[in-house]
Amino acid sequence: MAIPLIYNVRSVKARWASAIVAVIGIAGTVGVFIAMLSLARGFRATLVASGSEDNALIVRAGATSEMTSGVALDSVKIIQDGPGIARSADGPLVSPEAVLIAPIPLRSTGTDANVQLRGVSSNVLEIRKQVKIVQGRMFRAGLAEVVVGKNANSSYSGLTLGNTIGLGSMRWQIVGIFDAGGSSFDSEIWADAHLLSGAYKRPDTFFQSVTVHLTSPGTLQQLKDAITSDPRLNVDVTREVDYYAKQSTRMTTLITRLGGFVAFVMAVGAVFGALNTMYSAVAERGREIATMRALGFAGPSVVISFLVEALLISFVGGVIGCIAVLPLNGLTTGAMNWQTFSHLAFAFKITSELLVKGVIFALVMGVLGGLFPAVRAARLPVATALREL
Amino acid sequence: MKFWRLIFANLFRKKVRLILTIGSFAIALLLFTFLAVVKSAFSRGVEVAGADRLVVVNRIGLIQVMPISYGERIAGIPGVKSVTHNHWFGGVYQDEKNFFPQIVIDVENQRQVYPEFIVPDDQWNTFLKDRQGAVVGARTAQRFGWKVGDRIPIKNSLYGPTKTWEFNLDGIFHNERPGGDESAFWLQWKYFDENVPGVLKSTAGWYVLRLNSPDDAVRVAKTIDDTFANSSFETKTETESAFAAGFAKQFGNIEFLILTIGSVVFFTLLLVTGNTMAISVRERTAELAVLKAIGFTDRSILFLVLAESLVIAFVGGLLGLILASGAIPGIGAALNGLLPALILSKSMLALGLVFALFVGAASGLLPGIGAMRMRVVNALRRV
Repeated sequence: MAIPLIYNVRSVKARWASAIVAVIGIAGTVGVFIAMLSLARGFRATLVASGSEDNALIVRAGATSEMTSGVALDSVKIIQDGPGIARSADGPLVSPEAVLIAPIPLRSTGTDANVQLRGVSSNVLEIRKQVKIVQGRMFRAGLAEVVVGKNANSSYSGLTLGNTIGLGSMRWQIVGIFDAGGSSFDSEIWADAHLLSGAYKRPDTFFQSVTVHLTSPGTLQQLKDAITSDPRLNVDVTREVDYYAKQSTRMTTLITRLGGFVAFVMAVGAVFGALNTMYSAVAERGREIATMRALGFAGPSVVISFLVEALLISFVGGVIGCIAVLPLNGLTTGAMNWQTFSHLAFAFKITSELLVKGVIFALVMGVLGGLFPAVRAARLPVATALREL
Repeated sequence: MKFWRLIFANLFRKKVRLILTIGSFAIALLLFTFLAVVKSAFSRGVEVAGADRLVVVNRIGLIQVMPISYGERIAGIPGVKSVTHNHWFGGVYQDEKNFFPQIVIDVENQRQVYPEFIVPDDQWNTFLKDRQGAVVGARTAQRFGWKVGDRIPIKNSLYGPTKTWEFNLDGIFHNERPGGDESAFWLQWKYFDENVPGVLKSTAGWYVLRLNSPDDAVRVAKTIDDTFANSSFETKTETESAFAAGFAKQFGNIEFLILTIGSVVFFTLLLVTGNTMAISVRERTAELAVLKAIGFTDRSILFLVLAESLVIAFVGGLLGLILASGAIPGIGAALNGLLPALILSKSMLALGLVFALFVGAASGLLPGIGAMRMRVVNALRRV
């Protein structure tokens, strides 16, 4: 026969001080676990959101990122006639881009961080459909005007609408703020590619990458085949999403490995805490347990009862841990994107799946911390335990 | 000490609890040391920066170059002892995952500016004569199992179509400063200059100079920037530590995160041990009252309780530090290429132990004072 659940609830209440310690231990562990994973996810999501399924990114063959790539204007001319590229009334939807970095002081620390500058073609908004101008207007081709991503706008000093900033050898007016849907473009500054190259004394017939808009996601292979078999070109074609997913691997590996280790060690500590609590619970309740056994509750019922108690404690701990980290969701932080040496703003991303994982993690700790004390409880010799004072 | 046997008897009263409490201490200390080591890895550049060195970069940004002729003009400024110029090479060895910095160096002056890098003279002399030579830090050499004499192919797409540059490994450098960089790969500027496109010929990525005295830093930095003001390549000169700090700040809030985790751990640990100590004192109320009744002073009761928790803290702390010194090299290997070397310094170990004893004292103090203050009559009356 099963021991009623209310017995466990009451006994936790009676020993609340030591139960709270176990709860806090587990809550802390679950909190750290979720925070680390959500950081890695947020970083990855920010980069992955930068790419879209129906865009392709073309860089020099073998280049690991846009920063280490180069595509000359004559190659761009060949690429834009490739198959599968969408067209608008003004011509093919192709944006040859110049990618640079510039030091601009962060608002938070006052020290310089590297902002990514992207020289784009004027029809870029038709190519990157997730990017919307939310304040002001788009820059005009051929004018020293820039538009600023919303995170760049809020993270750096001086990147406000109407302000003038120096980039390279020129002064630029900020004419618009854009929202790129939480992607890495939100941390960038965009301007006319030809002018930007000029301001940095780079030949304006030379770009870092070419982004093309495909007529449909399925035409990538067709374009890839045509471009890679063209002897005049020496470039790699990647789906934009895949390019950005790959960019995020280094940082996410670092966070996941560091966080994994910390969460693991903390979990061992929390299991120790739970064990301690449960062992003292068993020790203090020797007579109670013996009485129940004498009343006819079988050994397995006692094991289950104590396990349930441990699970109860760990479940509460897990839930508290989840609630404690919830305010982090959406909190923006910044980190260096190693591949481009530029500073990237991204947000913690706590999903319901992560929360469920956190609670499961807590329950596993509960089982580990409760099993041995429960077995010990069931094994207590009834007669001796009853005789104890 | 006459009370030792009593303290030990008390310690081993509940063996499982003792083991678990010591275990919690060990785990907490392991985490504490690990976090401290990671934090120091992030701020390493700042700590090991030379106080007598300045870094000169193009004002427009790190990736912009400067003419090579600036070197001589900088060298001519009073207070400057020696100048070297560097470039970021930015290649890939086999796979992107195998990241390590490759720096183009000015072989004549590199060692004058960075005396802490130690290369055996015969290796250095071979390197000087070998245009395609390279010298690599011990950490990177060990990571890929390279030996002097190996030929190392590095792919690079930065300077025209992707091409593989071949290098002869002529030497391996060590760093005299503890925690200093041993991961860089040095190649000769002459070889670099011959093979890059026209716009990059005769350029330097950044200059590093050594001063006669660190006191001159501000004056020399200003002189340099004034000298090149209004030219087409304006400069920005900073001390090496300010330069490194700027980089470290860009890692973002990682330091803050680590501190937060550290405090969560600290708080949890304090609670766990405090609670255990409180339970074990509470269980012994009657015994302690008997001790007081037979003439133990209040102070010696406090001492008994404190000594017990300090012993637990010390043993647990020591165990944690041993675990940490065993685990950290392994973790460092798993993170190789992602973070600078993880180094467990002696001062960090000492700090960890002090930290453990502090927690031990804090968690023993409260129940100890309670035991000291309790009135014998009341305590004996309780069951």
